[in-house]
Amino acid sequence: MRYRGDRPSWLIRGGAFAGLAFMHIPVLVIILYAFTTEDRTYQFPPPGLTLRWFDAAFARSDIWHSLTLSLAIAACATVIALVLGTLAAFALARSSFRGKDALTVMFVLPIALPGIVTGIALLAAMKLGRIEPSFLTIVAGHATFCLVIVYNNVVARLRRLPSNWVEASMDLGASGTQTLRYVLLPQVATAFLAGGMLAFALSFDEIIVTIFTAGNERTLPIWFFNELFRPRDRPITNVVAVIVIAVTLLPIVLAYYLTRPDDEHETAH
Amino acid sequence: MRAASTFFWRRPYWYLALLLVPPLLWFGTVYLGSLFALLAQSFYAIDDFTAQIVREPTLATYAQLVTQPANVDIVLRTVTMAIAVTITCAVIALPIATYMARYASGRMKALFYVGVMLPMWTSYLVKVYAWRLLLAKEGIIAWFVGKLGLTGVLETLLASPGIGGPSLSSSYIGMFLVFVYMWLPFMILPMAAALERVPGSLLQASADLGARPSQTFRNVVLPLAIPGIAAGSVFTFSLTLGDYIIPSVVGAPGYFIGMMVYVQQGTAGNIPLAAAFSVVPIVLIFVYLSIAKRFGAFDAL
Amino acid sequence: MTAAIEFRGVSRIYGEVRAVDDVSFVIEPGEFFAMLGPSGSGKTSCLRLVAGFDTPDRGQVLLDGADVSDVPPYDRNVNTVFQDYALFPHMTVLQNVAYGPRVRGIAQPEREQSAREMLELVQLAAQGGRRPSQLSGGQRQRVALARALINHPKVLLLDEPLGALDLKLREEMQIELKSLQKKLGITFVYVTHDQGEALSMADRVAVFNKGRIEQLAAPRELYLRPATAFVARFVGSANVASAALAAKLGAEARAFAVRAENITVHGESAATPADTISAPGAVVAVQFHGAASRWQIQLDSGEVWSALVPEDEARRLNGINVGARVRLCWPRGAGVALNEAPGA
Repeated sequence: MRYRGDRPSWLIRGGAFAGLAFMHIPVLVIILYAFTTEDRTYQFPPPGLTLRWFDAAFARSDIWHSLTLSLAIAACATVIALVLGTLAAFALARSSFRGKDALTVMFVLPIALPGIVTGIALLAAMKLGRIEPSFLTIVAGHATFCLVIVYNNVVARLRRLPSNWVEASMDLGASGTQTLRYVLLPQVATAFLAGGMLAFALSFDEIIVTIFTAGNERTLPIWFFNELFRPRDRPITNVVAVIVIAVTLLPIVLAYYLTRPDDEHETAH
Repeated sequence: MRAASTFFWRRPYWYLALLLVPPLLWFGTVYLGSLFALLAQSFYAIDDFTAQIVREPTLATYAQLVTQPANVDIVLRTVTMAIAVTITCAVIALPIATYMARYASGRMKALFYVGVMLPMWTSYLVKVYAWRLLLAKEGIIAWFVGKLGLTGVLETLLASPGIGGPSLSSSYIGMFLVFVYMWLPFMILPMAAALERVPGSLLQASADLGARPSQTFRNVVLPLAIPGIAAGSVFTFSLTLGDYIIPSVVGAPGYFIGMMVYVQQGTAGNIPLAAAFSVVPIVLIFVYLSIAKRFGAFDAL
Repeated sequence: MTAAIEFRGVSRIYGEVRAVDDVSFVIEPGEFFAMLGPSGSGKTSCLRLVAGFDTPDRGQVLLDGADVSDVPPYDRNVNTVFQDYALFPHMTVLQNVAYGPRVRGIAQPEREQSAREMLELVQLAAQGGRRPSQLSGGQRQRVALARALINHPKVLLLDEPLGALDLKLREEMQIELKSLQKKLGITFVYVTHDQGEALSMADRVAVFNKGRIEQLAAPRELYLRPATAFVARFVGSANVASAALAAKLGAEARAFAVRAENITVHGESAATPADTISAPGAVVAVQFHGAASRWQIQLDSGEVWSALVPEDEARRLNGINVGARVRLCWPRGAGVALNEAPGA
């Protein structure tokens, strides 16, 4: 084989692009199907394109109910997560004390263990404590792993801050609270926002744990899950899918752009 | 305000406590408390006659888990799927991660990274639903297979035991495809990160010493990518092990662990058995983590 | 006159490591005081104790005669210039410099005026509106200086401030800092591992090693009369002989040090000048340094010593190459007796 320098073989290049395409096709298909005129089967290619399913979807009251419920839950869970996650991040970012490692592991658990474990654990606790599933139990479940998301974002940002900024600020005469206000908070703000947005998206899309803690409440993902098994109303389900994509993708993309290391604002060496 | 600051400066542990108490309180009660409740429940048993949970510690439920062949089948089936998915993801991810990390540059690289993360960020349920559409009898895949004249092959595949099923959208193959699709980004990203860390000078040294590109790849790049593969495999393995949505939506008649948990706590009301079943993935994941750690997964995370 | 800074039996211990080991000394007001030593010697730890970023495990740190262990950094009349400048990237240069007055509650117009004056002092008047990331290393260093001085502290701490600059810039800044200190009249405490810097700028230098001060004296004293083998080697790389070697060479049986410039090189059989001590050895290397050459000779007893041979002397040594046997000579009085101090 002639040496072509550091160029990839066709195998690698082809495999890479094919793989990338494979990863995007399914979702693109769904979006396509939201516009199909056919309403009974999954005929491909779609016979025609139309917008009427969007109107039909927005006329449905059960969809609106689920949508607003999911938004409310996501909002509450995000607020709780922001407060608790940030507190934990500030505590663990640079300190060292006995048991710190254990705490760090503990904060990773909700994401490390499969969702089903979290779900059934919460259910087990509810049964033991004879608590009925409700809006609050859903929020409690969501807030727990949303907390972890916020914590991860804020702690990562705090750890990237050079340690002597706090010292420099105090050296110049600022008390702890002033240092927090003038030096730390402006730097952490982006991570804080990003964590909040990721938490919101995660809560909005959550199904696995929610099924266990929801009882009779139907969040949008639960509505969606039930619809998966019904042959009718498929186009409307497609429309809801597009809505879900929009509501969850946007915050995540924004959060990503917010947390990319921004050279101008991070280094001063 | 300043006085309060100074107070805490003098007593750093009080400051720490102030910060940690609220999150720990929440975490302790809601999460850890629930986990303990789960563990507790797995040591209870259900009374066969009254169908009520008997709150007395016993190993009967675990015994039921381990001895009944149906249950053991479930565990084995799930673990086999998890392993198959992991291996396939690793193979598919390799060219993508290699290209992303080593050969793409600038805009192409950014495009790839966003391209891999976009599906990862898309709603889980939407992706599962999309596959249901794709796999349906009248869906794209069937249409494609028909166009290629391979319908006969598809039918035989579906008819074979262990990997087939009544239709593509409720078969092991279907499930397998969906799992691979879902967890692919989780395998690609750690792999790409590990490959990025390979200094270019190593490849140049290898070429300098006389190795052909394929030899360099096999002897230098691949071994250095192993921590990334290990890290990615942790995700694919544990995610497959605990999932219950995909088996129920795209699954064959055979049960998986996740489904079992769901079903047992639902209609059967047999929370102890559900709890016992959910302890299985926890244990398996722990075991897998310790194996993966030896391969350097923790450094690549 | 009360000392500006006083350390009384101060220790700072991290687990097994004694970063600062029972250190006591005094820094006078208006002094340019240098703390010199290799990394890990305790000099930076001491600096942090003065600034307030750390508190001693034992002993007391006094500022202006008062014990400050309970006083947080923001209440001490001490300011620091950090090694990596620690400028706040989300503020402009002017806002960085005005930070001190800002947190003390001074109104914006006044503090901006003071900040501008400070920037003039360090010759950066035009850079006020820019961000730190847009400045060069040398400019950032001046901003850090201005920011620290605006509070008119009684003591300015400098933690290896010139380390990141290239040689020429470093030498310029050394001269500037020295004249600034003279002009302002405040106490400078300067931490460095570069002995050339310490010797050229400071009124007095404390040489640190393994958490202790081996010698505290004016630069000349340190150079001409090092107290321990460590100081002799670290400041000006003198050649050090142990007590055993001293006895073998016929000198007083005490460890001593000889500076390279005091040693002359002679052929093995050549006559040696009177009233000198000589040691036999073999040439290991000869390094040409322009006005003089540095000859590395391995003594028969094993140590490698260096002798500085001026260019006009070098002619006498023509023909003596690497590997040749030679004798090193130095005047009896040139050897400086050393204490067998810890950390040698």
